[in-house]
Amino acid sequence: MAYKKPSQKFSGKIREVTVGSGLKLGGESVLPFYKFDGDTGAKPAVGMEIWDVFPESWPQSLKDIFGPYADDPVKWAKFCVEKYNPDFICIKFEGANPEGDDRSPEDCARIAERLAGEVPVPLVIAGCDSDEKNAKVFTKVAEALPDKNYVFLSAIEANYKEIGAACGMAYGNIVSAESSVDLNLAKQLNILITQLGVKPEKMVMNPGCAAVGYGFEYVVTTMDRIKLAALDQNDSTLQMPIISPVSFETWKAKEAIATEEDMPEWGGQEERGIAMEVSTAAGVLAAGSNAVILRHPKSVEVIRKFIDELL
Amino acid sequence: MMGEMNMALNGMEIYKMLPKKNCKECGFPTCLAFAMKLAQGGTQAEKCPYMSDEAKGKLAEATAPPMRTVTFGAGERTYSLGGETVLFRHEKTFVNRPRFAVMFDDAENADEVAKKINHINSVNYTRISEEMYVEIAAFRCSSQDKQKFISLIKKVTSECKKVVPMIISEDPDIASAAAEEFAALGPIIYGANEQNCEAMVGIAKKHNLLLGVKAENQAKLYDTVQKIQNMGYKELLLDAGGRSLKNAFDDAVNIRRTALLSKDRTFGYPTVTFVCDMAQDKMMEVAMATLFVEKYASIIVLSDMDYSMALPLFALRQNIYTDPQRPMRIEQGIYKIGQADESSPLLVTVDFALTYFIVSGEVERSKVPSWILIPDAGGYSVLTAWASGKLNAKSIAKAIKDFEVEGKLKTRELIIPGKVAVLKSDIEDELPGWKVIVGTREAASLPAFLKDYRQKSAS
Ligand code: B12
Ligand code: SF4
Repeated sequence: MAYKKPSQKFSGKIREVTVGSGLKLGGESVLPFYKFDGDTGAKPAVGMEIWDVFPESWPQSLKDIFGPYADDPVKWAKFCVEKYNPDFICIKFEGANPEGDDRSPEDCARIAERLAGEVPVPLVIAGCDSDEKNAKVFTKVAEALPDKNYVFLSAIEANYKEIGAACGMAYGNIVSAESSVDLNLAKQLNILITQLGVKPEKMVMNPGCAAVGYGFEYVVTTMDRIKLAALDQNDSTLQMPIISPVSFETWKAKEAIATEEDMPEWGGQEERGIAMEVSTAAGVLAAGSNAVILRHPKSVEVIRKFIDELL
Repeated sequence: MMGEMNMALNGMEIYKMLPKKNCKECGFPTCLAFAMKLAQGGTQAEKCPYMSDEAKGKLAEATAPPMRTVTFGAGERTYSLGGETVLFRHEKTFVNRPRFAVMFDDAENADEVAKKINHINSVNYTRISEEMYVEIAAFRCSSQDKQKFISLIKKVTSECKKVVPMIISEDPDIASAAAEEFAALGPIIYGANEQNCEAMVGIAKKHNLLLGVKAENQAKLYDTVQKIQNMGYKELLLDAGGRSLKNAFDDAVNIRRTALLSKDRTFGYPTVTFVCDMAQDKMMEVAMATLFVEKYASIIVLSDMDYSMALPLFALRQNIYTDPQRPMRIEQGIYKIGQADESSPLLVTVDFALTYFIVSGEVERSKVPSWILIPDAGGYSVLTAWASGKLNAKSIAKAIKDFEVEGKLKTRELIIPGKVAVLKSDIEDELPGWKVIVGTREAASLPAFLKDYRQKSAS
């Protein structure tokens, strides 16, 4: 008997979503990187994270790279774009945290406006630890930047109404729906947001993320199940592209933050951080992520090449 | 015909082979019901007393799992590979974790070899009660010099006591000499191909070794495996030759799908992937190895393994190979770390094994003898348990009472995880006489925190 190569053809397809003016996410009708089965859609996008405040808590190796530019988000973003060519910039308004600098939504909007004016790639707008504050910040930023197709990361169960109404409907941007590693929760939130009136092609989702080693199996399994439901069962409520804030998780893990002094047998800290970021990013991409957010330039370079070699 | 023998039988095909007495002695109402269950692997052929021996033999073959479990190594370093039944872990579970190998080449210089030996010996640690180390050293014979090759294997296996060798050579003469020399370690012999397979099978058979089969592509590999199966050897490890990431991924996925979806046992074996030949960059190797841990390699050969590679890769493997139906949970109670006495610090965490082992590891590292209290937190991580209402002032107060903490310890201070700082006043309300101290958010900063805390308590 001769070999018959198997293949899995699905009736469903991930919706193609355009971020900014031309960055496409999703559109695939096969499992992640299964080029041998059919159309893999748009190449997964690789973005870089910056903050509105100086990233005091980041490991020294990252501060060595970005420190000279990190006093101003526009300078920081331009440095990243010119030097490392990411597909998008994720500006995280860490400084808006009420327990920290408590930057006002108006101030955040001014920063976002300057970024939009000077940075040639699309923006992903991320918030701080306070869901309440994020709703206010996102509303102001979306208002200042209407119809830009920027992604707002994220709307959750507690604040989706405000964020959906402002970002997704009134000001024509893209809402990212964030749930906690559970297919049913992801589905429910997507349905609630579309019922508000946000169009599915103005949505992406973050069904939860973790660093490798830290409950990562739940992340992979949730994403596997979402992609199978979207493709195999043609479940349109789960056909949104997935965005994964990899860097938010990996640079908290001990493997990335322990100094060499602290863990002498582990060797250089910078390499450990990169390896955690690279592994987590490759891991979520293999499970179906359509965009990843990263910090270290080396991670950006490696993950970009990894994607290119697979497609 | 041979090919068909390798395919799993469906219920109707099995039914045709049964006596059709419908006597119920197998425990099923009809022969057909029995056949259907048998096809799913839900019962055994022996349960029917009236089946002919010939039918039984055929059935045993046909109802064997779609992917064979093979082993390599010796003694306490014996490892199983393969035996997987699902393509996604949520469908049931993955069973035999992939094993990592480090590649040595006998044309490599001595410094390079020494560096890798050093890395293999230093990367050896415990994470959530699993010992992590490189299981395999792969040896490539580039010199074509038998003696040189064997002395390299000797050097590495005598200096790295834990590795099982994988002998890579397509020359049966060299492979046979090396197999002979290291048979006691249960090595893997890699290098059977279309031309040499007869001789290579002979070597593998003689020592009962796992045999790596290599071909240019999936179709050619398929033919070669059939040839080898016809020789009666089934301890196989497959390599369809892809040496670009794209092709190697295609191989890994399609070999696995042929076994599990097409139910064709010709490809019902584990695969090996040579990441070391696909990347020049260490971080790229980490990315590629990550992909293959998720999908679907059983041996992943890297060019080296230092801590920066090991920390994410072993952790990832441990996560992916956790049985989703059996979350790792720690028994509730009060645990003593080091020589803790009745005045030592008391910390509370959750009964999720991952969290407990991370926290207890950091407490040990601090060298501050302490107590750790584990309440009923549903087996969840700190925030998951908190968000689901399992970890709260009541469950913590209950643990203090249930485990008679007030009788055992003098301390009336309880250190809680920084992520649930909001619980502080609730707990103090539930536990009169107690003071709650908010600890750090991440366990990594616990050693500094505990040293500081002890100093403050002392003064
Ligand atoms: C895996 C996971 C799950 C798994 C659970 C696995 C498990 N056994 O816990 C599943 C899928 C079941 C799950 C479910 C839910 N989850 Co969940 N989950 C996660 C995820 C991805 C990882 C958690 C993890 O394993 N962390 C690793 C462990 C080691 O961390 P840890 O326990 O916190 O321990 C660290 C520290 O706290 C510290 N520490 C621990 N103990 C102590 C003690 C002391 C004294 C000190 C000082 C320090 C310390 O040390 C550790 C290392 O630094 C996180 C997101 C994330 N990236 O963290 C969400 C997350 C925790 N989940 C969340 C939620 C909301 C839920 C649900 C309630 C969702 C829902 N509505 O159903 C459910 C609850 C379960 C239920 N239905 O009853 C939220 C919590 C939000 C919040 N801030 O409260 C999170 C943060 C996701 C999110 N961003 O929304 N989840
Ligand atoms: S024992 Fe055999 S013959 Fe009797 S019902 Fe079961 S399968 Fe049929």
